Amino acid sequence: MPTEPVDPDIDLHVPAQRRELARTHGGVLAVIALGGGLGGLARYGVGLLVPGPWGTLLVNVVGGALIGVLMVLITERWRAHPLARPFLGVGVLGGFTTFSTHTDDFRRLLAPGGVPVAFGYLVLTLVAAVAATALAVAVTRRAVA
Amino acid sequence: MTALLVFLGAAIGAPLRYLVDRFVQSRHDSAFPWGTLTVNVVGSFALGCLAGAAVSPGTAALLGTGLCGGLTTYSTFGYETVRLLENRAHFHAVANVAVSVVAGVGAALLGYTVLADL
Repeated sequence: MPTEPVDPDIDLHVPAQRRELARTHGGVLAVIALGGGLGGLARYGVGLLVPGPWGTLLVNVVGGALIGVLMVLITERWRAHPLARPFLGVGVLGGFTTFSTHTDDFRRLLAPGGVPVAFGYLVLTLVAAVAATALAVAVTRRAVA
Repeated sequence: MTALLVFLGAAIGAPLRYLVDRFVQSRHDSAFPWGTLTVNVVGSFALGCLAGAAVSPGTAALLGTGLCGGLTTYSTFGYETVRLLENRAHFHAVANVAVSVVAGVGAALLGYTVLADL
């Protein structure tokens, strides 16, 4: 991930000018927090409609497709606002998708008789999410070319 | 109330992921996504601990669904894997998938087992 740009006219050795860096950083952290909260809330909502591992699978695959679209649009197509990627990519989609609930789902599924389902869930999420991202990147590139 | 706790937890977890990712990534001059791997393994361990400790529904919403869910990410993990494949860094891509899944699952099982046993 590229580091955020810092204005060359700021001398960070001058204490008064360091505030500028903190302000930029604060803005980035604030939009990531807001986006993350909204993404987490959306994930919670999907979980109410589709409880359990299949709801987690759904958010991770849909989030994978959406990050593919987003990254092509903001890195290859538009000169996006500097806060677009922190808000939508790191915040909303990062908060929407989850790795920890995915691994906890696997642990819950692991039970006598449930081992094939647990490993199937693990592999299906991985293949579907990565394929969704790759497909979304390819389709978005074609659409905006 | 549960929705508010999830929002608050994720609003803390997501910027924490960003800070940890920057901190870890700035210490490696490598194409390998160490930062995302770190948050995903740490978050899996933490959620395993919460499950093992059988915390209250409110705590689970705030710290589990919210904080751990916001701290970890599948979308960035998948996107970074696709980018590694696009850049023909096939070994890194396969290693990223293998290490993330094995370490993440292992961390979840370890956290659960240790806390459930106490």
